[in-house]
Amino acid sequence: MTNEALQNLINSWIPDLEFSEEESQFLNITVTPENLHQLMSDLKSNKETSFDYLFCLSGVDWQPELGVVYHLESTTHRHIIVVKVKTADRENPTLDTVCDIWKTAEFHEREVYDFFGIKFNNHPNLKRLFLTEEWVGFPLRKDYEDEINMVIK
Amino acid sequence: METPLVKSNFKSEEYFINMGPQHPATHGVLRLLLTIDGEIIKKVEPDLGYIHRSIEKMCERDSYQQIVHLTDRMDYLSSHINNEAVCLTVENALQLEIPDRVKVIRTILGELTRIASHTLWWGVMGMDVGALTTYFYGFRDRELINDIFEETCGARLTMNYNIPGGLMFDIHPNFVQRTKDFIKHFKTKLPEYDTLLTGNVIFQKRTKGVGILTKEDAISFGASGPVGRGSGYSCDVRKHHPYSAYDKVTFNEALKTEGDTFARYQVRIQEMWESMAIIEQLIDNIPEGEVQVATNAVIKLPKGEYYQKVETARGELGVYVISTGTKNPYRLKFRSPGFSNLSLLNHIAVGGKIGDLVASMATLDLVIPDIDR
Repeated sequence: MTNEALQNLINSWIPDLEFSEEESQFLNITVTPENLHQLMSDLKSNKETSFDYLFCLSGVDWQPELGVVYHLESTTHRHIIVVKVKTADRENPTLDTVCDIWKTAEFHEREVYDFFGIKFNNHPNLKRLFLTEEWVGFPLRKDYEDEINMVIK
Repeated sequence: METPLVKSNFKSEEYFINMGPQHPATHGVLRLLLTIDGEIIKKVEPDLGYIHRSIEKMCERDSYQQIVHLTDRMDYLSSHINNEAVCLTVENALQLEIPDRVKVIRTILGELTRIASHTLWWGVMGMDVGALTTYFYGFRDRELINDIFEETCGARLTMNYNIPGGLMFDIHPNFVQRTKDFIKHFKTKLPEYDTLLTGNVIFQKRTKGVGILTKEDAISFGASGPVGRGSGYSCDVRKHHPYSAYDKVTFNEALKTEGDTFARYQVRIQEMWESMAIIEQLIDNIPEGEVQVATNAVIKLPKGEYYQKVETARGELGVYVISTGTKNPYRLKFRSPGFSNLSLLNHIAVGGKIGDLVASMATLDLVIPDIDR
């Protein structure tokens, strides 16, 4: 499907989605945390979109928002889409998990939790992946400070 | 004959054992927490982070030229291809026109890297299931490729031959001849691999029907590279999103549908043949021309987001860059193939024996710094 056709189709499912093709080679959708899980499961299960391959899941600190970027590809139609979700809550950021939709998300979300402190509802095993349990702070956040381990220029 | 007394006294109980971080079959500092009942695996939980260097955080303070050097330290057996991924991202963002000579040389070296990685994997795979000779055969042939690398760029492992805009310098005058000699040599050696290991009855019993991964699960777990292709999932980035000179060569994507350990093994053997075919198509036709395009000393990517995927020896490596227009990326994420491939280990190992786990893990071909980054 072309980006335009994708946009028209997805727009008919959920209102208030933000679409953008600027400054990116893919079609970008920004979704609110409330609609995230519904949109994701539709993107996977709908026959016309069938985004069955989550090839990249990245946490991003946009300052002040925290969020996650999902790169999705369909192995049947070979089209690609990028879904972004942001939350303004830095104290207790929480999003819904998508690991019931794509199994690979289980590890990726643990990585995001480890480095950005974003919690995922309904995640089966949400704990730190690389760092130790007693580690304080979330290193990939922009406001993280560590005088000993970081070289600051 | 029944032994009721023994049966009633025997209580099965689940228990934990540690595998790694200094276990020879985990190929590096990977620690697995195994929950076991007798010798049947109930759960495999990887404990990561022993070699985590936070390359993604370091990238946020480094220039794009510096980032290239960090990528060798991820999957060190695909260092040339990792470098290429970052260089392609920068070149695409700056819309640089890369000379054909660079593209062809990058492709040849990329395929040599793949063969080198697969020969090492093959040697270690044999060793993991108890065939020590393969280790020496694999290293013997890989050594010849490392010699070519050394003559080309001075390094045998962490190559850093790619720079944003092309190659650091031109190839050595001996490069073409030595590569041809290697192909000629390796064409006689690869059938030996089959004679020694592939047809071996013990090896086949250890690998056939072990660690089965279906195509649906492979896609869902984000498997890529030979792990995905062993399950019949067509996921070769070189085919679906061609970069460098891959659109100019013809090769077959190695696919097997069985999804077991033996299928993944066969895919890698097949890939070595295909890599040789790609090199043969290019080695006599390296175009003349420049090996570099001039870039600014300080590279600033235009504001925006960039994604580049390449096919390393382990699968799909993705580089996701968010730039705000400064000389450092605002955020850089490496989607590494090993990370996703490791996540399916629990799925394929549960219900099998510890020995099966070792065989399955060998065909996932994990490189731990690639997972830990």
